[in-house]
Amino acid sequence: MSKNEKRSMDPRMVRSAVGEAFRKLSPRTQVDNPVMFLVYVSAILLTIMWMLALSGISDAPAGYTLAIVVMLWLTVLFSNFAEALAEGRGKAQAAALRSSKRDVEAHLIPSADEKDRISNISSAELVKGNVVIVFAGEQIPGDGTVIDGAASVDESAITGESAPVIREAGGDRSAVTGGTQVLSDWIVIEVTSEPGKSFLDKMIAMVEGAARKKTPNEIALQIFLVALCIVFVLVVMALYAYADFSSRQAGVANATSVTTLVALLVCLAPTTIGALLSAIGIAGMSRLNQSNVLAMSGRAIEAAGDVDILMLDKTGTITLGNRRADQFIPVDGATPAELADAAQLSSLADETPEGRSIVVLAKERFGLRGRELADAEFVPFTAKTRMSGVDYEGVEIRKGAADAVDTYLSGFGVKMSRECQDAVQSVAQQGATPLVVERDHRVLGVIALKDIIKPGVKEKFADLRRMGIRTIMVTGDNPTTAAAIAAEAGVDDFLAEATPEGKLSTIRRYQAEGHMVAMTGDGTNDAPALAQADVAVAMNTGTQAAKEAGNMVDLDSSPTKLIDIVRIGKQLLMTRGSLTTFSIANDVAKYFAIIPALFITLYPGLAALNFMGLHSPMSAVLSAIIYNAFVIVALIPLALRGVAYREVPAAKLLSHNLLVYGLGGFVVPFVFIKLIDLVLVVLGVA
Amino acid sequence: MPQVILQYMLYLAVLLGLAYPLGGYVARVMNGERCPLDRVASPVEHGICRVLSVDPDEEMDWKRYLVCVLAFSAVSLVVVMAILMCQGGLPGNPDHVGGMGAALAFNTAVSFVTNTNWQAYAGETALSWFSQAVGLTVQNFVTPAVAIGVLFALIRGFVRTDGEGLGNFWNDLIRSVLHVLLPLSLVMAVLLMAGGVVQGTGATRYVTLREPIAVDASGDVIANADIDEAAGTVSVDGVTVDDATIVTEEAVPQGLAASQVAIKQLGTNGGGYFGTNSAYPLENPTPFTNLLEVIAILLIPCALCFSFGICVGNKRQGWAMCAAMGVCLLVALAVIAVSEQCGTAALSQGGSVDLSWSGQAGGNMEGKEARFGIVSSSVWAAFTTAASNGSVNCMHDSLTPLGGMMCMLLIQLGEVVFGGAGCGLYGMLGFAILTVFIAGLMVGRTPEFLGKKVEPYEMRWSVLACLATPMAILVGSGIAALVPGVADSLTNSGAHGFSELLYAFSSAGGNNGSAFAGLSADTAFLDVSLGLVMLFARFLPMASVLAIGGSLSCKRKVAASAGTLRTDGPMFVFLLVFIVILIGALSFFPALSLGPIAEFLGVAA
Repeated sequence: MSKNEKRSMDPRMVRSAVGEAFRKLSPRTQVDNPVMFLVYVSAILLTIMWMLALSGISDAPAGYTLAIVVMLWLTVLFSNFAEALAEGRGKAQAAALRSSKRDVEAHLIPSADEKDRISNISSAELVKGNVVIVFAGEQIPGDGTVIDGAASVDESAITGESAPVIREAGGDRSAVTGGTQVLSDWIVIEVTSEPGKSFLDKMIAMVEGAARKKTPNEIALQIFLVALCIVFVLVVMALYAYADFSSRQAGVANATSVTTLVALLVCLAPTTIGALLSAIGIAGMSRLNQSNVLAMSGRAIEAAGDVDILMLDKTGTITLGNRRADQFIPVDGATPAELADAAQLSSLADETPEGRSIVVLAKERFGLRGRELADAEFVPFTAKTRMSGVDYEGVEIRKGAADAVDTYLSGFGVKMSRECQDAVQSVAQQGATPLVVERDHRVLGVIALKDIIKPGVKEKFADLRRMGIRTIMVTGDNPTTAAAIAAEAGVDDFLAEATPEGKLSTIRRYQAEGHMVAMTGDGTNDAPALAQADVAVAMNTGTQAAKEAGNMVDLDSSPTKLIDIVRIGKQLLMTRGSLTTFSIANDVAKYFAIIPALFITLYPGLAALNFMGLHSPMSAVLSAIIYNAFVIVALIPLALRGVAYREVPAAKLLSHNLLVYGLGGFVVPFVFIKLIDLVLVVLGVA
Repeated sequence: MPQVILQYMLYLAVLLGLAYPLGGYVARVMNGERCPLDRVASPVEHGICRVLSVDPDEEMDWKRYLVCVLAFSAVSLVVVMAILMCQGGLPGNPDHVGGMGAALAFNTAVSFVTNTNWQAYAGETALSWFSQAVGLTVQNFVTPAVAIGVLFALIRGFVRTDGEGLGNFWNDLIRSVLHVLLPLSLVMAVLLMAGGVVQGTGATRYVTLREPIAVDASGDVIANADIDEAAGTVSVDGVTVDDATIVTEEAVPQGLAASQVAIKQLGTNGGGYFGTNSAYPLENPTPFTNLLEVIAILLIPCALCFSFGICVGNKRQGWAMCAAMGVCLLVALAVIAVSEQCGTAALSQGGSVDLSWSGQAGGNMEGKEARFGIVSSSVWAAFTTAASNGSVNCMHDSLTPLGGMMCMLLIQLGEVVFGGAGCGLYGMLGFAILTVFIAGLMVGRTPEFLGKKVEPYEMRWSVLACLATPMAILVGSGIAALVPGVADSLTNSGAHGFSELLYAFSSAGGNNGSAFAGLSADTAFLDVSLGLVMLFARFLPMASVLAIGGSLSCKRKVAASAGTLRTDGPMFVFLLVFIVILIGALSFFPALSLGPIAEFLGVAA
C-alpha cells in the first residue's frame, strides 16, 4: 500500500495533475459533479460580487470577499486535483499499454489449410473472422483463437509476466491477445474482435478511466449529496429571509451579507465527499489494476464488496499446486524400509517437488541419507511412460501412477496384486494420490502423495467467515477426497467432481437463496458459470469465451486473486461511506463557527454559541472556509489509498469506522477551525 | 422528585402496555387474517365494496395505489370545502353559523384532509355540528386510515419479492377504519363521556353563573368589582363604573365533542372540537380523561412499530424502530419537563415568585391548566408534537424557550418520532433507508435494508420522503418572513415573534396542526400558504413511499450474513436517531438560533 501511495505522489505525476486541475475548470467537466458545481457557481457569483465591491457596490468588505473567492476557487481546484491525481496512475498504465499496440503487418490467409496464400494487410484492417498466420518474432496482430499450430508467446506487454506461455490450437490455451509476441514456431489465428474493440483497446479505456461510468452506488450516493445541497441552499435562502424579518422586528438594517451566506452554503454542502467521490472510484479501479486485475465495469468492483460466497478452485488457492509424499505403504511382503529405500533411490535425481518430498520423507522416517550413486542412470518422467525411476548396478526401479505401472508390468507378464490395488484405493480415498513403486518388476508398495494445504488458508477462511463470506472449494476430486481436504482447509462447503454444469447449478442455487457469488474460471466450459456469477474473474491464460463471460480478467491468472478483489471492493465502499460520514459530521462545527458570526449583532446572546472563542465574525467565517478547502487536500491520500480494511464482522467494522470518521469528523473541525483562526489573528489578517 | 418521575413512567408504561398487543392486532387486520370483529365488520366491508364496486382482492401496483390515494384525498378536499362554505344552508346548525370564507375553508379542508388539523378558526363559533361531524370527523377517520394503508403498502414492498403489487387501497382503507379506528374510538368516546366530555346535538345552553362578573365596554373582566345585581351597578373601590355590563350567564357549547375528541386523539388528528382544544374543560375535564387522551395520541403510531416487526418477520426490527423513536421522545420529554419545571429566571423574578415544586405544581405554570400541572402538560406537549397530533392541553406559546424549541424540533424532525398514524413510521423507514445507505457503505457493502438492496431509485424517493418536511417548512417560512403583512399577525416581536411564525409553518410542514398561538392565522396569505405547505408535506412523502414499496417488491431478498449490517440492534438504533437528529438539526439550527435559542440566551443573559 505504502508503495502505491508513494507512486501516486510522485512529483511528476503531481505536476501533471496540477495542470490537469486547471484544465478541468471547464463548465462541461464541472457539471458532472453537482456538489462541486454548486461550489463552482458560488465561486463565480462571489467573483462577480468582488468585482462589484471594487467598483463600490458591496455588501461586504472587498478584501474579505476576495479571501472567500480565493478559497472557493481553491476548493474547486483541490477537487479537480484529487481526480486528476487518481487518473494519473491509470494514464501511465495506459500509455505503456498503448505503446504495445501499434499497427503491424498481418499475414492474411484464406484458411488454415492454405498457409502459403499470404496477403499482407495492416493489422488495423483486420475484421472478425479473418484468418492470419503469425511467425516467430512477430507481434500478434489482434485478439483471436489459435486454430492451427502451437507456439510460445511472450505476453509480458499485458501481464507484466516475462516467462513465455504456450498457445496452441484446441483446448483451453487457444486464446491469444493482440500486442503479444510469438517467440518460437508459428500459429494460425482466427481473429475474434472487431477493430478498436480488442482486449487491449478495452484495457486501455478501462485503466484510463475513459470508459468509466458512474456506478449505481455512486449515483445513489450522489442523489443523497445533491439532496443535502438542495436543503442547504434552502436553509441559506430562508436564513436570509429570517434575518431580514428579525432585523425588521428589531428595527435595524439586515446586516447579513450575501458573501457570508454563500460561504456558509459552501461550508455546509458536503464538499469533502463531493470533491473526492470520483477520485475514490477511480482509485479503487486503479488499485484493482495494480493487482493486475481488469474490471470490465466499476459495477463489478462494487459487487465484489457484496460477495458472500467465494467459489475457489482447490489447486493453487487452497492447496499448493504440488503434492508431498506423506506415507509409505509396503505391499506383497516388502518391508517398509525396503520400499522407502527404493523410493528414495528412484527420486534422488528427481528434481520435481514430489520427488524431493519422497527423499525428505525417507530421511525423516527411516533415516535414509542422500547417496552418491555411481553410474546410476536416471529415467525421467515422460508423458508416454508416465513413470520415472533409476537403473543402477543392474537394479531397475520405477515409480508412477497405478495404471501406468500396471501397464508397464503387464508387459513383463506381472499382474498387480489385490493387496496393492486395495492400498491404491485406500490412499485415493484419503484425498491423496497413490504412486506405485516397483523394483525389478516386483511391486514394493505405494507412496501416498498428499495435497498440501497452503499455510495460513485456514485462518484466512476463518477471517472471511467472520465477516460473513463463505468459501466453497471447487475440485475435480471425488467427494471422499474433497471432503477430507475441505475439512482440513476449513472451507465451508465443497463441490466435488465439479463439472461446468455442476458449477452453474451451484451458483444458481446460492443466488436463489439470496447470496452473491464470486468465482474464477479459465476454460471455455466455465463460460456459462462465469456469466451467471455476480463477480466472475476470468484467467488471462483462459479462453476468449471465458474472458468474454467474466466481468474481470486476472492478468496473473492467480487463483487467490478473488480474495484480493473482495478486499478492494469492500475498501472502495467503506472509503465512500466513511468520507461521507466525515463530511456530514464536519457541518456541526461549521455551524457553530458561522451562525454566531452572522447574528451576533442582532442577538448578542448568541455569543454563547461561539464557544470556540473565535476572534471575530470575519475570522470565524474565513477559518471555516479555509478548513473546508484544505481538508480536501488532507484527505486525498486516504481517498486514493482507501480506508483501513480488516476482516472482522460488520458490527465491529461499523463501530470502528464510526468512531474514527464519525466522531473524528465531529471533533477535528473544531480543533482546526480554532487553529486556523489563531493563525489568522497572528498573521493580522482578521 | 421520585413521585414526579413515577408519573412520567406511568404514562410510558401504560402506553407500551396497550400498544404492544394492539400492534399484533393491527398486523392481523392489515394482513387480511381472521379478526375478532369479522362477524360484524365483514358484511359491512362487503357492502361498502359492492357499493363502490371495487374488488378488495385485486392487487394494485404502486402507481395505481397512489392514484387511489390522491383521488380519494382530492374528492375529500372538495367535499369538506363545500360543506364548510355552505354550512349556513345545511342541516345540523342550531346556532345558525354562517358559511366559511373561501381561503379559510381551503385551509381548513386541506388541514383535515392531510391529517394536520391546523385550525385557524374556533370550532364552537365558526362551525355547525354538522360540519364538525360529517365534514371534519369523517376525515379524522379516513386520513389516518389512508396513511396506515400506505404504510402497509410499503411493508408489503419489503416482504414481497414477486412484484405482484402492494395490496388494495380500498381494502386497506375499509379494514383499518372498521377494525381498528372505529372500535377504538367507540370505546374511547364512551369513556370520555363517562369522564364528562360533552356529547349532544342541541343548541348552546346557558347556565347561570354562581357569581356574576362584570366586564367593561371592551369585554375585559373588571377586577375587584363590587356588583349590585339588583341595581345593575358595578363599582370598584366605591367608584361606580359607568360602562360596565354584568354577566350572569355562561354559554355552554354543545355538540358531538366526545366522539370527535376520541378520534382526534387516536387518529393523530388533533383538531379540537373547541378552540382551546383539550385545555378546555368540556373537552378534557379531569385527570382521567387527560390520561386517556394523552395515551391515545401515541397509541396507534407506537402499535404500528410492532405490527411492522411482525409483518417483516422480525419482531426485533419492530422494537428497534420503536426504540429509535422512543429515545428521541424521551430526550425531548426530558428537556421539556426539566425546563418547564425549572421555569426561567424572568419567571422567578429574582426569587420573589416561588417556583419550587413541593406541594404545588411549581415551575412555569403560565399557559397551563392548574388541574393538569407541569407533568401532564409536559407529557402532552411532547407526545402531541412527537406524533403529528397537534392537540394541546396547554399553550405552547407560553412554554419556556427550550421547552417550546423541543416541541418545534420534534415537528421539524419530519414527524417521525412516532409521528402520525402510519405516516410517522413510513417516514422513519425513509430515514432508515438513508441510515442504511451510509452505514452499509461503512461496512463495505452496497447498502441493503431487510434484505432489499438500496439503489439509486430507492435513494431518490427516500431523500424526497425525508426532506419534504424540511423543504416545505424552510420555503414556506422563508417566504412568509419576507411578506410585510405577516409581522402584523404576530402578538410578540423579536425572537419570540419569529418563533411563532416558524412554529406555524413547522406545524403545517409536519402535518402536526398544533399552534404556538400568538399568531392570528386567518389571513388570506397564511391560509393559502399554510394550506399548500400541508399538501406538499403530506403527499410527496406518500408518493415517495409508494414508489419505494413498488420498487422493493420486485427485488429478490439478499441473504443475511455476518457481513450484513444488522438493523435490529442498538447500534443501528443509535445511528438512526443520529441521522434523524442530524438532518433535522442541520436544516433548522440557523432558524432555531434566531428564535428559541436567541430567546433562551437572551432570557438567560
